[in-house]
Amino acid sequence: MSRATATDLVYLVAIIGFILALKGLSSPKHARLGNIVGASGMIVAVAWTFSLPEVYSHTRNLILIIVAIVIGAALAIPAARLVKMTAMPQMVAIFNGVGGGAAALVSLTEFISLPGKSLAIYKICEILFGILVGSVSFAGSAVAFAKLQELMTGRPITYPGQQAINAGIGLAIVALLVVTVVTASTTVLVIVLVLSLVLGAIFVLPIGGADTPVLISLLNAFTGLAVAASGFTLDSTLLIVAGTLVGASGTLLTRMMSQAMGRSIPNILFSAFGSVVTAGAGPDTEGRSVRSGTAEDIGVLLAYARKVAIVPGYGLAVAQAQHTARELADALAARGVEVYYAIHPVAGRMPGHMNVLLAEANVPYDQLEEMDDANLEMPTTDVALVVGANDTVNPAAKNTPGSPIYGMPIVNADQATNIVFLKRSMRPGFAGIDNELLYDPKTTMLFGDAKDSLSKLVAAVKAA
Amino acid sequence: MTVVAGPGLMGFITVFVLAAFVGYEVISKVPSVLHTPLMSGSNAIHGIILVGTMVVLGQAHGAAQLILGFLAVVLATLNVVGGFVVTDRMLEMFKPKGADRKPKATEAAATDTAAGPGSGAGTEGGGTGVTP
Repeated sequence: MSRATATDLVYLVAIIGFILALKGLSSPKHARLGNIVGASGMIVAVAWTFSLPEVYSHTRNLILIIVAIVIGAALAIPAARLVKMTAMPQMVAIFNGVGGGAAALVSLTEFISLPGKSLAIYKICEILFGILVGSVSFAGSAVAFAKLQELMTGRPITYPGQQAINAGIGLAIVALLVVTVVTASTTVLVIVLVLSLVLGAIFVLPIGGADTPVLISLLNAFTGLAVAASGFTLDSTLLIVAGTLVGASGTLLTRMMSQAMGRSIPNILFSAFGSVVTAGAGPDTEGRSVRSGTAEDIGVLLAYARKVAIVPGYGLAVAQAQHTARELADALAARGVEVYYAIHPVAGRMPGHMNVLLAEANVPYDQLEEMDDANLEMPTTDVALVVGANDTVNPAAKNTPGSPIYGMPIVNADQATNIVFLKRSMRPGFAGIDNELLYDPKTTMLFGDAKDSLSKLVAAVKAA
Repeated sequence: MTVVAGPGLMGFITVFVLAAFVGYEVISKVPSVLHTPLMSGSNAIHGIILVGTMVVLGQAHGAAQLILGFLAVVLATLNVVGGFVVTDRMLEMFKPKGADRKPKATEAAATDTAAGPGSGAGTEGGGTGVTP
């Protein structure tokens, strides 16, 4: 068997591993196994690549490869292992961005290493596609990271003429792409690269923080396509298949995620453009009074309730309050109160965020209710205890057409007999809009860090 | 430069189209709990660009190509290793649970340590994973 055939076979094994990984990751039962199968495929492919003459023939280059891999792994492992659960989405964004960057660099290096004029037109097109999509993904992920990490505001950033400016840059890139194909000029290519980075950044600016997970999923699909383009450039079936798998499944996943939020993808990507929504579109909440209670009052309310719904949100994640939440649930359950958690699919900063956190605190599965089931129980629930959630219980999603979150399914905490908000302040949630539920006569506020408030409630319930 | 003996442009396009269908069909109904882990897992899979970056750096001549290639390998490794490790951490919630709740904390800690090296083994240099 020739080396080329052996390589093809090994890479085929890796490809099968990736397909099985995607299949496994879409079912709860096999998700973890799926990830391990994918990682194994990756190890096999990378290990075999070291046996290719292209990789080992120049000793100096081989050493550089090994050093680069060691550096990359030394940076990635601590970052990925030590990052808090709350910061997971940013990590995915950044790991996705660097993949896009790598794909763009591969295309760029291929372009400058080959004598320009000898390249077939389709080769130049492949390279340009890899650079364009890879750069957009890189810059877009970087901005998404900055938004999620709160290095910049999570609110949509809009400015006059935004649409025209974006369209202008898009057209300029298209024109320069044509120029590059005709002239094969490296200078023009570098300009394309820079403009693509700009396009990636300004494409993400108007997208609100709450929609960022969907955006990251889309950029993930983009990176997949950039990798596939690099595969065409390098004549590598492995890269084409793996990249395309991610591009296609990522597109589908993006659609599923936006459906879970009751939105369409174009709505998420472009709704902030020329949007007429202003703060005044919602009911006027200026000068309305809120009722705040003491932990003792609320403790009594909870202890003598029959059914309590805990509605967790990002505040729970930030305060790392999942263990305390479970303590409270246990204390209530010990008094015979029926407790369940109402889980909004996109509560927190990523879909499934709350499930991950609560599972970490060993909350029993049967207490976790998906939004639709929770909403069936909500009218018979005595107290909805909203822990650091805001947008996911905001009735404006049902009642205020024109609100940025209008149409998003919410947990109907407003239907419970009493509502208790544990919140740090009256500040609006991630979507940046006011929540009229805070002013509802049924609502009691308990201000403070979610973990402190929950500890006080545990003590109050035990004392009640 | 060829990574594998290629079947020509038309062959690659065929493979591309078929892979697109497979990618679309292979994930069917994904429960919302798994949206983020699936995103993260597929994110790790496009880290296969690492193989491409290795070939590019292996063949690089001159400072510009060496620098770009080196940077590309570092970035691709971040993608692969970070992607798989983060996904594994997200999926820890799906690990088999003990029947009883009280001893589970210690049991979970034990599984964590056992899972460390496996999950950190995205590449050579992995396996040093320490669960925080």
